[in-house]
Amino acid sequence: MSQICGGIFTSHVPGIGNAIAKGLQQDPYWKPFFDGFAPVHKFLAEEKPDVAVVFYNDHGLNFFLDKMPTFAIGAAPEYKHEDEGWGIAFERPYPGHPDLSWHIIEQVVASEFDPVTCQSMLVDHAVAVPFELCWPGSDAFPVKLVPIAINTVQHPLPSPKRCHELGKAVGRAIESWGGEEKVVVFGTGGLSHQLEGERAGHINTDYDKFCLSNLAPDPEALLQHDTLDIVELAGSQGVEILNWIAARGALGGKVRELASNYHVPISNTAAATVLLENSEKVLA
Amino acid sequence: MSGQASPAAQEKRAIPGTIVFDGDAAQDGYALNAMCYSFNSEPNRKAFVADEEGYMDRFNLTEAQRQAVRNRDVLGMLAAGGNVYYLAKLAGILGLNVQDLGALQTGMTLEDFKAALLSHAMTETHVADRLGEAA
Repeated sequence: MSQICGGIFTSHVPGIGNAIAKGLQQDPYWKPFFDGFAPVHKFLAEEKPDVAVVFYNDHGLNFFLDKMPTFAIGAAPEYKHEDEGWGIAFERPYPGHPDLSWHIIEQVVASEFDPVTCQSMLVDHAVAVPFELCWPGSDAFPVKLVPIAINTVQHPLPSPKRCHELGKAVGRAIESWGGEEKVVVFGTGGLSHQLEGERAGHINTDYDKFCLSNLAPDPEALLQHDTLDIVELAGSQGVEILNWIAARGALGGKVRELASNYHVPISNTAAATVLLENSEKVLA
Repeated sequence: MSGQASPAAQEKRAIPGTIVFDGDAAQDGYALNAMCYSFNSEPNRKAFVADEEGYMDRFNLTEAQRQAVRNRDVLGMLAAGGNVYYLAKLAGILGLNVQDLGALQTGMTLEDFKAALLSHAMTETHVADRLGEAA
């Protein structure tokens, strides 16, 4: 049996966190986005995963340009979100799973990756917003967190191929873990958006639909573009699709799409939520 | 400025309307971005509001960075090495959201910038049988 039950892929726009803080989920502007989480809630209620392994990018809460890791894996007993400059700090802590974190670290290093390891780290809206979306309310989160940060801020960024390979290595590590925990993998950020420059407001629905239609059946199609191709196609923050590419790599079983919601725009972003099921491959 | 005359710099790929925040930009923008990173802390945000010039002194901003901050000139901040993920924290202090930033950078009115975003408006939803009744 696969230890990884599926993958959840979602935008992490800070404005979503603001909308949650203000209770705007039923507001006409926000409702089409939040409604995309109904199938995710049902899936999580059925599967009851124990652990969430989250591929995301930090936007300047835990990491600054003084030390910018290409890949960083959290191995803390607990993680917290804090004020990122606009006064919102989500209160619920994120319990960690240091033993699984260190197992993943051991295995990905054995697979020739060289991550930074973090026994103490804050997680920003790129983790906090997806958790609030998946487990709304005030109850303690029912999953333990293993955060994996990918540099999408300062070029050169890791290549899509490298991110996909990292995800595969993490997936193999999870499947080789001796515990009984069920794991769900997250990829957060995207889809197309660009916040800065004369091209601010750039959205590319054609590229987004290409990613959405290929994510489950043919993720390697997304590897044909290098990081600067993706910046040109999807915008300088649309390159956060690297987190999706890594997370998809971790799903090594039989993968099928259970739900997809593409809603444009949320803030300056083409927002999307995708739920993929990962089940054991049946050999003929 | 750092690196801009190097052979590698001359071969950089140009993406219209887009600054690729690379090692050159990261070096040029370090002081400005460090100041913005400090705005994660509310006491620091208040200290900036109370004395902008004094606060910029603390972080040794370049003259171009100071002038861009004084003029609320977002494109100037970017040209001086600012990265939008850090500048967003300064924008929050100034009461600007990302639509305001977009309008300032593109020269559009706020209404026109929002209309341009809405020109892409669409919602497409697919739900498989297993979870269909939830949607």
